[in-house]
Amino acid sequence: MTNSSSPKRNEQDQPETSGPVLKSLKTKLSKPEDAEKKIVGKKLKDVEISVPIVYGNIAFWLGKKANEYQSHKWTVYVRGATNEDTSGVIKKVVFQLHSSFNNPTRVVESPPFELSEQGWGEFEIAITLHFHSDVCEKPLSLYHQLKLYPEDESTSLSIKKPVVVESYDELVFPEPSESFLARVQNHPAVSVPRLPVGFTLPTPAEDPSERKRVDTKDHPLTQWFTNFSEADELLQLAAARQQVQTHIAKLRRQITVIEGQQQQLKPSSDQ
Amino acid sequence: MDAKDILGLPKTPLSVPPEKKSQPKKDSQRKPDGISREVYALTGGLAPLMPSIDSSYLKKRPPSDEKITWQWLPFTNSARKDTLQLYHWVRVVNGVPPTGDYSFAKYNKSIEVTKYTDEEYAQHLTDPSWTKQETDQLFDLCEQFDLRFVIIADRFPSSRTMEELKDRYYSVCRSILLARASSPADVSGHPLVKENYNASQEKERKRALSMVLSQTKQQEKKDAEVLAEAKKIAESRMAAKGVEESVMPATENEFPETTIDHNTLVSLSNVRLAPVAAPPSTLVIADTSSTLASLRMLPVYLRTYALEQMVQQASSSAGLRTIKRVEQTLQDLGINLKPRVPTKAVCAEHLELRKEILTLLNLQKQLQYKEAEGSSLREGTTYSEMPGTPKRQVRDHDRTFIPDAMSFGGNTCLCATFLVKGPGRVSETPSSPANKRPRKMKASDL
Repeated sequence: MTNSSSPKRNEQDQPETSGPVLKSLKTKLSKPEDAEKKIVGKKLKDVEISVPIVYGNIAFWLGKKANEYQSHKWTVYVRGATNEDTSGVIKKVVFQLHSSFNNPTRVVESPPFELSEQGWGEFEIAITLHFHSDVCEKPLSLYHQLKLYPEDESTSLSIKKPVVVESYDELVFPEPSESFLARVQNHPAVSVPRLPVGFTLPTPAEDPSERKRVDTKDHPLTQWFTNFSEADELLQLAAARQQVQTHIAKLRRQITVIEGQQQQLKPSSDQ
Repeated sequence: MDAKDILGLPKTPLSVPPEKKSQPKKDSQRKPDGISREVYALTGGLAPLMPSIDSSYLKKRPPSDEKITWQWLPFTNSARKDTLQLYHWVRVVNGVPPTGDYSFAKYNKSIEVTKYTDEEYAQHLTDPSWTKQETDQLFDLCEQFDLRFVIIADRFPSSRTMEELKDRYYSVCRSILLARASSPADVSGHPLVKENYNASQEKERKRALSMVLSQTKQQEKKDAEVLAEAKKIAESRMAAKGVEESVMPATENEFPETTIDHNTLVSLSNVRLAPVAAPPSTLVIADTSSTLASLRMLPVYLRTYALEQMVQQASSSAGLRTIKRVEQTLQDLGINLKPRVPTKAVCAEHLELRKEILTLLNLQKQLQYKEAEGSSLREGTTYSEMPGTPKRQVRDHDRTFIPDAMSFGGNTCLCATFLVKGPGRVSETPSSPANKRPRKMKASDL
């Protein structure tokens, strides 16, 4: 999934240093320069990195093995939207479970960022993403309602078919640091906009520990993951906008007609 | 779920499947004894503040050794000045009637009005505008009517305003207090001494009050409008200041979260920012650039959060009802209120769509106004220039994409038809024979 936004302008006030963590990509919000304006009508954008993620849960009914307190086996997780490795961005994930669980605060420090448990109740799980220090200092929280039972009450519970609830979202880093940018330049899980002309990044160091990628494609639950495609939504939205625009045009015509009529009427009613 | 399990799957041990217990709500599960469950639930799961009648009290019977009779006896009331004797039923215990005064006599309270002697009057209380006779009359009335100045003013023989009477009364009392006090310090705590009665201020206050009461609706509306204008101006000034300030510190790391002024609809939270001291934190974002600016100030945010903020900013000029109509329109078109795949492109499209719908609704409103104007103009003319053509205006205010038929006099007839909710449902407007232009569009072809 590639989402590219072309940055309009990019002024560096600070010199490019060799220090690892400086945020040297700060840009001022001033008017775009005409020379760099490539696409008409788009708004001003800086270099921003967006990481599409999917978070949610899968729940299997235990069938015969189910008892009153453990009727389902569920897994809550955060993954890259295309099942790519997100460990370059996310350092660790903290799942806050319901207080009735032992140690309700569960920390997952390496991919795959997921947590499996057995239980019977549905509750809200607070998922806190902690990023690497050059990515972002502050953690970000998401909330997910754990779902065990299928929406449709008439379906009987089945051991084989799990209940899957996933939500798509994107992490947006509006002012990424140089090192982060360099690191994820060619990373499949991350979409980096086209860099402005003349801006060169230091080549990413081959860091073996960073390059270790858990191949998330072989995850056993992969078969249940939803494939989020923006194409459908874009189509829908485009069609809707089309409708609305034609309706608007029609209304505008009607208004001008009426105004015309009223103009005609006015002098006659003044008699 | 309960019934299903009990009926359908009796073999599972889960005869009572778990409910959503997990949410740590306040538990009204365990009800206290002594009240039935329904009554407890009626009170909202809380115990009543005051104990109601103790049920044990109701069961109590009077001690059987006492003999109770009820007798018709005379009584006197100490609150009366005469010696009238009335009769009433009395509960007699063992032949002994109850003692004590009439039980309601204690409620006969009266106000103590100060009395002055003639010498005191001569010494302290002379006043150019008041004769002694008038002052005496005033005090008589005060005592008679318990300081109810409305009645006193009404009854007063010479016509004096209520403020004048009050003024005289309070100043007399004050002077007497001061005169009789052994030292000024003693009475300085007395309310009469502490706060002097100000007749002119009272007059003004009452006048202002009556003005407010008698304000016509029109005036109220005007006032409200002026206030709203002033508020808008003030806010736009603040916003302008805010944008300036957000542009400046590209070097500062800490910056206020200015968008949390609006209520966030979804529970998706944003990043916690480092605690900030000075810059204004309650700015109303008036334009897109400041929303974008504030988003950029965050080290990281979620795309859905950004969309929310932009939507709120875009609909900030619209009322709640308009927002509801926008959402209704979106649903009619088959679009989710929150996009399922919120990528950058999708969010941008969604936002644009919302803005266009807002424009659409505004245009519709405009059209309605124009028509109303038009029809009132036409009704004003004594000659009907369009004999016999019915002015049929069918309008459904709430649903935009439903048949909208309008016909003016003459031959023009415009109608718009939009399909609602999926394939297979075709709705057409009834239209006059000329110029029939029905349009059918399917909302979504998925």
